[in-house]
Amino acid sequence: MKIKHLFRKKVLTVEQRIKRRNIISFAGFAVLYGGIYSSWRWLYNSPEETADITGGVRKPLRAALNKTELAFRKVFDPKHLVKTYPASMGAKEVRQNGDIGIDTALEPGWELLVIKRSGQELHISLDDLKALPKTDITFDFKCIEGWEQISHWGGVKFSDFIAHYHLEDHAKMQYVGLSTPDENYYVGIDMPSAMHPQTLLCYEMNGQPLPLAYGYPLRLIIPVKYGVKNLKRIGTMVFSNERPPDYWAEQGYDYYTGL
Amino acid sequence: MQVYYAGFLRRYKMLYFCDIFFPEKSFPLVKISTLLIYIDCQMKTIKEKHSLAMRWFHWINFPLLAIMIWSGILIYWASPMLPILFPEWFYKLFNIPFRLAEGMAFHFLFMWFFIINGVMYVLYTLISGEWRELVPNRHSFKEAWLVLLHDLHIRKTVPPQKKYNAAQRIAYSAIIVMGAGSFITGLAIYKPVQFNWLCWLCGGYYAARIEHFLLTIGYVLFFMIHIVQVILAGWNNFRSVISGFEVTEQP
Repeated sequence: MKIKHLFRKKVLTVEQRIKRRNIISFAGFAVLYGGIYSSWRWLYNSPEETADITGGVRKPLRAALNKTELAFRKVFDPKHLVKTYPASMGAKEVRQNGDIGIDTALEPGWELLVIKRSGQELHISLDDLKALPKTDITFDFKCIEGWEQISHWGGVKFSDFIAHYHLEDHAKMQYVGLSTPDENYYVGIDMPSAMHPQTLLCYEMNGQPLPLAYGYPLRLIIPVKYGVKNLKRIGTMVFSNERPPDYWAEQGYDYYTGL
Repeated sequence: MQVYYAGFLRRYKMLYFCDIFFPEKSFPLVKISTLLIYIDCQMKTIKEKHSLAMRWFHWINFPLLAIMIWSGILIYWASPMLPILFPEWFYKLFNIPFRLAEGMAFHFLFMWFFIINGVMYVLYTLISGEWRELVPNRHSFKEAWLVLLHDLHIRKTVPPQKKYNAAQRIAYSAIIVMGAGSFITGLAIYKPVQFNWLCWLCGGYYAARIEHFLLTIGYVLFFMIHIVQVILAGWNNFRSVISGFEVTEQP
């Protein structure tokens, strides 16, 4: 047999072509779905991240959450305003969700403790805060669970607070951390969101002092974030270039939860 | 040999003449037997149906949509809008409860692939011109009714069709519109501050959630009908979505 016969292009019959294309395409399909299945297995069984500032979710998924945040930061304007409503539209029965950090008794003589970078402490009473210009906001409060409610809040703009206490150089840092007096609940907020013109250190709800269950004496109202970041009963405020600990980010939720 | 040939010639117009006239001297018997096999089957032709790109988009979309629906239910459980829809046993069966964070993490990763695949598909149909076979024309809505009657065995005549019948055109176009709807309502729910105009467009945050959810129910219904139709259409049709061609037999 001559060697060139091996290289002679065979004219295939229809049957042979059908068979050949079936084999190639079904093999390709099997390879594709094998790849998809094993990728899924890999992702689904991938180890949980080591518990640190964030925790509780598979490593690759955390990487994806963080990368997605960074991608959106490039295109989003952090000063984008939240839609507001007339105060009369605020719910009379405001939904209350979660009591972590406020289920212990509030010790008398509450003061907001601000720890400056120098280690110096500021102790600020509620009356001090009430003496600052008051801002009201009625907006659609959104819970990470999915529900929402238009509610009416009043307090000091976070940026006004920073200016009044000459914390501008602190506000140049990347994050602010807040925690309840018992330190059972804590959140980390990126500075652009904290300095957002609608972020309040809030002491009023529907024109009345905050009830205990809603964060008396002082809570955060940050409309550009889900409710989980709206910490009730602020005890301590710190500033940092590292991400401060965040209760729900340790439980597998996105650290930023920006809206 | 000649008898066989003459007898089948009328039925099978095109035969492999080179085989019939024994071009090679060796193994005539083998040749004869092959010839008999050729003769004894119908004349088949390959009819190209789905381009490789279409098959790729279809089969990539399937697992992506499945993951989006599954992770979507993990999210939905935390604050159901239509609590009657899923009974407790349903959640238990699929291990849904208390997996909100996990659901969000999966949903916000796979949304990228889902959207990219969908956008690429639409671009492909536009550029390749395949949209002409997919978008309903002015006859489609009337014809789709005839397709329905035919599928339900009420009407015997098969409605006219090219690659897709009228009902398919409507269904396959609607699913793309639904995809766009999921994309828009999804963005409105995901970033309601940044996209507050989208939120407004959807009729508010709550409305956007309802719409996003109902569209998903729509996908599930589409999927069920799709599966039944694929089974009824048979192997040749199903194979064409993997291998790209259908085999037509000509008497």
